[in-house]
Amino acid sequence: MARVLVGVKRVIDYAVKVRVKPEKNGVVTQGVKHSMNPFDEIAVEEAVKLKEKKLAGEIIAVSVGPAQSQEVIRTALAMGADRGVHVEVSAAEYDLLQPVHVSKILAKLALDEKADLVILGKQAIDDDANQTAQMTAAVLDWPQGTFCNKVEKTDAGLTIVREIDGGLETIKTKIPAVLSADLRLNTPRYATLPNIMKAKKKPLKKVTPKDLGVDTSPRIEIISVEDPPVRQAGAAVADVDALVAKLKAGGHI
Amino acid sequence: MSGLRSKVITLYKHLQYLGRDYPGLNGPQKFRKQIHDAFIKNKDERDPKKIVALLAQGRYLAKEVEALYSLKKYRSVKQRYSCNEMQSGNAN
Repeated sequence: MARVLVGVKRVIDYAVKVRVKPEKNGVVTQGVKHSMNPFDEIAVEEAVKLKEKKLAGEIIAVSVGPAQSQEVIRTALAMGADRGVHVEVSAAEYDLLQPVHVSKILAKLALDEKADLVILGKQAIDDDANQTAQMTAAVLDWPQGTFCNKVEKTDAGLTIVREIDGGLETIKTKIPAVLSADLRLNTPRYATLPNIMKAKKKPLKKVTPKDLGVDTSPRIEIISVEDPPVRQAGAAVADVDALVAKLKAGGHI
Repeated sequence: MSGLRSKVITLYKHLQYLGRDYPGLNGPQKFRKQIHDAFIKNKDERDPKKIVALLAQGRYLAKEVEALYSLKKYRSVKQRYSCNEMQSGNAN
């Protein structure tokens, strides 16, 4: 039965109003509520659903990050993952960690753990990269099903419905494969208190990128982080002629 | 009777836990106080049938709160990641 590797990321909670640090080198994270990336919750839920349908045997939840990343691994375990792997990096390393690094880490783990499926969220709500699943598939040379709206296991492999511009696309892939979860794939379950308590007993292995032979040297440098420009106020016009006049005056037409 | 008692305590703990994320200004404090008061109000209830009915009511409430959180998150993420050009850059 399939072994599923699910990647989860600890991000600033979706409901928090993000503020830029006065030093303009990042956003305020101290004392700010963090939780699992919403798309990763959907990825975990899909893995758990596969296990409930007896299409998957074991779910391994992975997170790459500093010590606090263990919180989201615990949440994944509470939702139904069987064991966790925490790939620990220092806070300084983490600030400059990119999908190119994470994808190599996930690929190595997928091979070490003999995973048949890697399921990730389509993008993280903090960096909005939308790269990790695609890069992981490339490193592994596995087929990828991104922006999954529906995943079905068939005898030949997987039938996946994807959300694309203008509609839905159905593709078939073999296993092993890398999938990325989109919003409508499923509705994640809420981790209940008893499940969270039970999750504390599930194994959580700690490794470093070095153990996996992955170089996490930064490839970028953060120059500055700034607020987006304030939206200019709109103006109401009386009729179409006034609109055209205004557009002409503004040099737009 | 002791079986029901532990069920009531479990439900109380669950509702208190759920209340942590309740939206609104002082949402968690207000919600948790309301739960506390509702349980206190019924603390002298001894009829097992009535207790079972109250437990069902409490579990229904828990499901409603979970649905609230789920919908709120879905709608926010949907709004932010839809291709709608009317999206506000400075939303929430």
